[in-house]
Amino acid sequence: MVSDSGHLSRFGHQDNRKSPQKNGLTDAGAVGTPPEPRPVAGDPPKLVVRNVSISYGKKMVLRDVSFEVRQNEIFGIIGPSGSGKTSLLRALNRMDFFVPGMSVQGSILFGGREVRMWRNVYALRRKIGVVFPLPVGLPLSVYDNVSLAPRLSGVRDPRRLDEIVERCLQRAALWDEVKDRLNSLGSLLSGGQQQRLTIARALSQEPDLLLLDEFSIAVDPVTTMRIEDVLQGLRQEMSIILVTNLVQQARRLADRTAFFLMGECVEVGDTEAIFSGDVKDPRTRAYVEGRFG
Amino acid sequence: MAGFEASALNRRDQKVERLIRWLFLLMTLLLILPVFVILIFLVIKGWPVMSMEFLFTEPSNGMTAGGIFPALVGTVWLVAVALLFSVPIGVAAAIYLSEYASDNWLTRVINLAIINLAGVPSIVHALFGVGAFVLFFGFGTSILAASLTLGIMTLPVVIVSTREALQAVPMAFREACWNMGATRWQTIRHVVLPNALSGILTGIILEVSRTAGETAPIMFTGAAFFLPFLPQGVFDETMALSLHLFVISTQVPNVPEALPYGVALVLIGIVLAMNSLSIAFRTVLRRRKKW
Ligand SMILES: Nc1ncnc2c1ncn2[C@@H]1O[C@H](COP(=O)(O)OP(=O)(O)O)[C@@H](O)[C@H]1O
Ligand SMILES: [Mg+2]
Repeated sequence: MVSDSGHLSRFGHQDNRKSPQKNGLTDAGAVGTPPEPRPVAGDPPKLVVRNVSISYGKKMVLRDVSFEVRQNEIFGIIGPSGSGKTSLLRALNRMDFFVPGMSVQGSILFGGREVRMWRNVYALRRKIGVVFPLPVGLPLSVYDNVSLAPRLSGVRDPRRLDEIVERCLQRAALWDEVKDRLNSLGSLLSGGQQQRLTIARALSQEPDLLLLDEFSIAVDPVTTMRIEDVLQGLRQEMSIILVTNLVQQARRLADRTAFFLMGECVEVGDTEAIFSGDVKDPRTRAYVEGRFG
Repeated sequence: MAGFEASALNRRDQKVERLIRWLFLLMTLLLILPVFVILIFLVIKGWPVMSMEFLFTEPSNGMTAGGIFPALVGTVWLVAVALLFSVPIGVAAAIYLSEYASDNWLTRVINLAIINLAGVPSIVHALFGVGAFVLFFGFGTSILAASLTLGIMTLPVVIVSTREALQAVPMAFREACWNMGATRWQTIRHVVLPNALSGILTGIILEVSRTAGETAPIMFTGAAFFLPFLPQGVFDETMALSLHLFVISTQVPNVPEALPYGVALVLIGIVLAMNSLSIAFRTVLRRRKKW
């Protein structure tokens, strides 16, 4: 992981490739200057999802989905609830193991390796950070929430743990609010703080890929904005899959966006193209423009 | 709120609500009434014999005088050895069933067995204890045989209460840990167990109080009628409060009336002390709310 001190400042290190208004929630429709494509299409992709289908028992909830996530890319996934977005995220870090009846077909390559072939599934999961829709602060101190993953992977030195905790909380834009109460319970922080705590916790795993599942659903607009800024900074170091219920959020953040509908990946394309109406499927335009169903 | 007058129906609902509430309160009071009556009765009848001497000397004069020390110590031995056996096994089984077992036929058979084991009458456990521990394993009538019998009897309850404590820890915490790359055991050790501990202890303490009062399972397996020595090890027989109470109230002539009440009061005292401890645990648990 890149860890130059520049990333410690929470807002100092924003990726400015998108016009500034794209970070706000006021983004009404004006599409800024097209981004210079920093995630290079020629690089080996971080994640390759090929012909993936997912079923629970006999019920297939995701059918033959294929896409790639590039290095340092924010990949948006939009689509109505029930279209299989969360199920797909589960399959990526092999959490399907914990869901009775869930089966995954097809191929998922993470860092060039088939996830099903990783002998150490725990190492795979550490490389993939996950943030849930409802913030889950573990019933441990704020400090332990962030130091747990490093400790489990063998970091013992208290000074090193202090460093990790501070850095991760800084990068999740939470440090200033909790630095005086690192010993209070993470599960009793406010919803918005807990969500940033879960991001800090995910960062403590030093992930290469960060999965966010509708992170803003239980979070106030100000926190949502701060987290969006955080994500802009994080894309310097990792790839991010942003599943979101807010299409405008995908528009603000994602380089490319996929539209899922009832278990089908209707469309994958450059975010700009999808939001400017340059789509292959009319359903995508209908969903993006908010006239659906 | 103009326009929303309480309707007649509404007022009747409120009346019913009040009535039901009082009715249920009455039932509750009726329920605890006997407990208080018994307690007060025991204190009145048993208090006269209560003394340091009563607690810390042996019975004398054919158990019509003296104290209860060997029985008191014996009960502590029996309960302690029973817990040594049932707590590790019960907690391990509960962790397995709650955290590892998938829902298959084996798990279902085990669950069924636990429920049935909990329903077996204590006298049947006693007979099993005689057959298995006293005779087959050759422990003779001893603390070991009696405690193992008690332990087996309490095992299902330990398992069930532990499992409930574990399952009170929300699933989301486990999933968060697994997503971080924690193994099941790491998750249990760092997140589930610490948060279930008070609940587990509460269950175990309640078990202690129940075990202390059991008579049938120890009667044929290790508790002695009269034995004015303290046990030296787990292969000794011992007196026990519960059996002693049974003996002096039914088997021995000319026991002064206050004596059995005194024994009963000590027994109840132990049980209540244990229960208070578990309530205290629970209160602490509630106050230190974690989510
Ligand atoms: N554990 C499960 N068992 C059975 N069906 C499930 C389970 N989880 C999700 N589903 C079903 O799979 C479909 C897709 O769900 P999900 O992946 O959560 O969609 P989304 O995240 O897009 O809202 C839904 O129909 C849902 O009911
Ligand atoms: Mg979902």
